[in-house]
Amino acid sequence: MARVKLVRIAHARSGDKGDTTNVGLIALQPEFYPVLAEQVTAERVKKHFEGICLGAVERFELPNLGALNFLLHESLDGGGTLSLKTDAQGKTYSAALLRMEIDVPDALLSENPVSS
Amino acid sequence: MIRIANGQGFWGDSLEAPLEQIRRGPIDYLTLDYLAEITMSILQKQFSRDPRTGYARDFVEMIQRGARDIIDRRIRVVANAGGVNPQACASAVLKAGLSVATVSGDNILDRLDDLIAQGVELKNLDTGAALESVRPRVQSANVYFGGAAIAEALATGAQVVVTGRTTDTGLVLGPLMHEFHWQPGEWHKLAAGTIAGHTVECGAQCTGGNCQVDWQTIPNFADIGYPIVEAEPDGTFVITKHAGTGGRITVASIKEQLLYEMGDPHEYITPDCVADFTSIQLKQDGDNRVRFTGIRGRPATEMYKVSISYSAGFKAVGALIYSWPDAYAKAQASDRILRERLDRLGLRFDSIRTEFGGVNACHGPLAGEPAPDIAEVIMRVGVRSEDRSVVERFTKEIAPLALNGPPTVTGFGAGRPKVEEIVAYWPALLPKTEAAPVIAVQEA
Repeated sequence: MARVKLVRIAHARSGDKGDTTNVGLIALQPEFYPVLAEQVTAERVKKHFEGICLGAVERFELPNLGALNFLLHESLDGGGTLSLKTDAQGKTYSAALLRMEIDVPDALLSENPVSS
Repeated sequence: MIRIANGQGFWGDSLEAPLEQIRRGPIDYLTLDYLAEITMSILQKQFSRDPRTGYARDFVEMIQRGARDIIDRRIRVVANAGGVNPQACASAVLKAGLSVATVSGDNILDRLDDLIAQGVELKNLDTGAALESVRPRVQSANVYFGGAAIAEALATGAQVVVTGRTTDTGLVLGPLMHEFHWQPGEWHKLAAGTIAGHTVECGAQCTGGNCQVDWQTIPNFADIGYPIVEAEPDGTFVITKHAGTGGRITVASIKEQLLYEMGDPHEYITPDCVADFTSIQLKQDGDNRVRFTGIRGRPATEMYKVSISYSAGFKAVGALIYSWPDAYAKAQASDRILRERLDRLGLRFDSIRTEFGGVNACHGPLAGEPAPDIAEVIMRVGVRSEDRSVVERFTKEIAPLALNGPPTVTGFGAGRPKVEEIVAYWPALLPKTEAAPVIAVQEA
């Protein structure tokens, strides 16, 4: 088992809807999706964004895209024009999620080299 | 097969991209999105000062620059550039030599009191509050019409369609409904057109822009190609771009855009249908081509979404930059000093927020501590209040720190920060029986 940052096995994109950020987390290889689905739970994401996301975290599964979608409620200082944040639209929260560390079986990593 | 190009992802995007889409290869339709959620309030303000304004003038300039090619190549153009005055926008397009139809009827600002009196509360979708609580401060109110209204406008034969508030996805779905005669009830096809629209609505954000996968090797960002939908009557489609342009379209770049601003992927609600993003099947179909199949949809809801904007106070943001040595410590000290001075002045804010650029402005506490010898740090402080005067007073406390606080500070060249009026967004629902699109061919 290797402890790796999500950036090693996933990519992401984030955007806003009012005071809610959405973060789409996508497996770099289809084989990584089950690991993401198992370990990157709504609870873990809520804890990861402690102090940033003040509300609930919802998770949705898109196995067809090898992806998870997270909604981080109350995470943008009011959101839109009300927000005083530099990143009032949560555009960089995608990368912030990729800082999370998870456990990945060694074999899975060696069998699925990713280019970056 | 019909080719529908996106020429810009938002008002403020590349001025050249729409012309490149017209000139660098075959397209049947050019679509352009001008209306962010708060754009309507700006246009409404312009319109109240001068009834000849209230629409996106950039669109008219684009049409003037591209008119010859648009006419020669028989490209039809669909844009929500009409803002709160589609007729004035259409009139300007007509002067450029192109026939034009408008979609209006979305503006319900004058009807709000009647609607509230009838019992339509227009509750805030996020907070549940009734609109009455901010009614006196409302600046604009517009219904989102969808692809069906645009299809109806295209059926008039006009080469250009200018709309008020419409969904971004409708700009693509409308031409597909028109060309392929898709009707309400064909939910899978309508969902496919909606998802095609969602994929291209942010312009180059699906053709390599913002893509995290191998971003260093994405070719020729300087000449990045904007997306084109190649759609078939059965609801399948390919996303591609003109040959020879920069960027990269892969399953990865497409997946990122599909998830952008996504809520519940099982139900992406538009006026035309409910699209299911968990049904999409993607496949690389040659270089810079991704094929979509399998899309499923469900019946549209009984409601239109409404975008309301209202005045919500004032804000200002000031920043200074501190250099090595002790850059972060100096910036933190400066923030403490500033806050102490604001306290002494007795200024109270609804919100005050400090971020340190170079340290934590993007990722907050997740960023960890900066390197001890960090070269420079930006101190950025913002305040918000319903009371303009306290925000105004705050803006006068940044510049003094250039001389009367911690050393090696600069970056105050632009002078005092500006006080901005906050125009906030109020999303609500309206029964579809309460509004209907109005289609008209513009006459000279």
